[in-house]
Amino acid sequence: MMKRITALVIAGLTAAALTGCGSSGSEGGGGGGGDDAIVMGFSQVGAESGWRTANTKSVQSAAEKSKITLRFSDAQQKQENQIKAIRSFVQQKVDIIAFSPVVESGWDTVLKEAQNAKIPVILTDRAVDSKDTTLYKTFLGSDFVEEGKKAGQWLVEEYKDAKDTVNIVELQGTTGSAPANDRKAGFAEVIGADPKFKIVASQTGDFTRAKGKEVMEAFLKSTPDIDVLYAHNDDMGLGAIEAIEGAGKVPGKDIKIITVDAVKDGMQALADGKINFIVECSPLLGPQLMDLAQKVLKGENIPARVVTEETTFDQEQAKAALPTREY
Amino acid sequence: MRRLLWPVLILALLLLVNVLFTPGFLSVQVRDGHLYGSLIDILRFGAPLILVSLGMTLVIATGGIDLSVGSVVAISGALACLQISQDAGVFTAVVLALGLSVLLGAWNGFLVAGVGIQPIIATLILMVAGRGLAQLITDGQIITVNDPAYKLIGGGYWLTVPFGILIVLVVLAVTAFLTRRLALGLLIEAVGGNAEASRLAGIRARGIIVMVYAFAALCAGVAGLMISSNISSADGNNAGLWIELDAILAVVIGGTSLAGGRFSLGGTVLGALIIQTLTTTIYSIGVPPETTLLFKALVVTVVCLIQSTAFRDKVFHRRRPVALAGPATEEKARVTA
Repeated sequence: MMKRITALVIAGLTAAALTGCGSSGSEGGGGGGGDDAIVMGFSQVGAESGWRTANTKSVQSAAEKSKITLRFSDAQQKQENQIKAIRSFVQQKVDIIAFSPVVESGWDTVLKEAQNAKIPVILTDRAVDSKDTTLYKTFLGSDFVEEGKKAGQWLVEEYKDAKDTVNIVELQGTTGSAPANDRKAGFAEVIGADPKFKIVASQTGDFTRAKGKEVMEAFLKSTPDIDVLYAHNDDMGLGAIEAIEGAGKVPGKDIKIITVDAVKDGMQALADGKINFIVECSPLLGPQLMDLAQKVLKGENIPARVVTEETTFDQEQAKAALPTREY
Repeated sequence: MRRLLWPVLILALLLLVNVLFTPGFLSVQVRDGHLYGSLIDILRFGAPLILVSLGMTLVIATGGIDLSVGSVVAISGALACLQISQDAGVFTAVVLALGLSVLLGAWNGFLVAGVGIQPIIATLILMVAGRGLAQLITDGQIITVNDPAYKLIGGGYWLTVPFGILIVLVVLAVTAFLTRRLALGLLIEAVGGNAEASRLAGIRARGIIVMVYAFAALCAGVAGLMISSNISSADGNNAGLWIELDAILAVVIGGTSLAGGRFSLGGTVLGALIIQTLTTTIYSIGVPPETTLLFKALVVTVVCLIQSTAFRDKVFHRRRPVALAGPATEEKARVTA
């Protein structure tokens, strides 16, 4: 008897937990809208980071501003949820579909369905590896190679008068991920032109603060002479700053630091002089997305690849930008 | 003693490799008023793993396993940082975080001992749900806190020694005392040997099981505080990710049987130190990130093979003495910094 009751209690709790998860997938936007109002179906990856949350907010507020009705669906980082969402958008006969693919492969079938229903598709932030590029109109997102190049260019400029070897350590993102591969490649390409720049150690910090700190601690001991740290995102850089301070050195002075992303905590460190340069990887692609959507529906030609409008920040620019930083 | 011989040798070998690649590896100096050096790093970054592994040792000794410790690490850090960011005192935050951890551990214990779910399934529930809970607490963001008192737990120093190492020493000493000087260790091993038989012999097996899961979660909670304090922020997605697997590995390297029934705290500490030293080695000698996992796997395989008596007998054609080592005794001195 006792066992049965406990079993029931557990079943109840599990069910409650499950419905809890279900209801958190927000269905924002809504509303029928007038005849001429554009209806956009947008399938987001999930809410795994502050960057992603800012991305969602940007899309939602931009849609509101351009009077586009947004049907928003959160995939909770599961491809099957995204495929379901896209199918339901097709059934609802939305005017245009935009989505950030969770993974790169496996989209051909569902994109074909959208194509057959004559609904144009825009990819945001992440690409798909489909061979048939007619399945989507354009891909709007950051160019990670370009971000790596920008980081490299600042370094070359900063050390243009230096004669000695510049010893660089690199904290890579998650091994094998597109941003890690591309940011590494872009950076290496630019600094490779001058033999005085030398990457003396390069390890993955998994894009996290904890790993960034741990790896940097080890670098500081195994490589006594470090001039520059290049971290593939702000968080690893922030972890490394703590390691550098723990070693009795001054981050930003004894060791120059370059990072990518420009999230709020990173910008704060930049304004405080602990980071020297940040290459922005902006999640605020909402306005560009709405603009592209309107052009597509008017039948205008748009390029197959649109790069997000992004900038770079040095310490002075960070101080100016910090008060209005959204994420 | 014999059982600890191999882990000690392996650890020494790993350290030797490091000395070859980084000449000053073993040097420990005082810099900025605290101890500084690679050995200190290994102890400091290894501290959370040692704690989680200690808890895991007792769980495994009862024949169970706890997959949820990684999630508890994330929850504990998240709750503490949330409280501090909302201007609660550090003490309140720590008490709340550890309280919740114990509660979650007791829930695991209840599922295992009260409901009779297999430990791997029972704790899998919290492993998956717990990370969601941590993200719920942090709202999917990284909470950054700036509190010197909280910073002390994982990133601070007391009398030049990293505070985290001191916490580990205290927990280790208390655990060793409770399990080896009192009858508790014997009871845990009895439950692990045969829960039903121990119950018939008058041991309250259920109570023991709930207790060890709660203890494992408490250790994980403290580890979570250390990890988040070390980087002054709580990351619900990544804090303690896969630490449960490292902990299980540490326990196994240390010579505790996964079947339950006997355990070695000293071996577990050595196991955790081996894992952390291996990680540091990878950074220092510059193994490329693409091959890091393969490198780790190879080392771990070799370590496990060396420790297997069956393997050693086969390879070295050696006749083993009949007498086997008795129950492990404590080796508190091993971890002193």
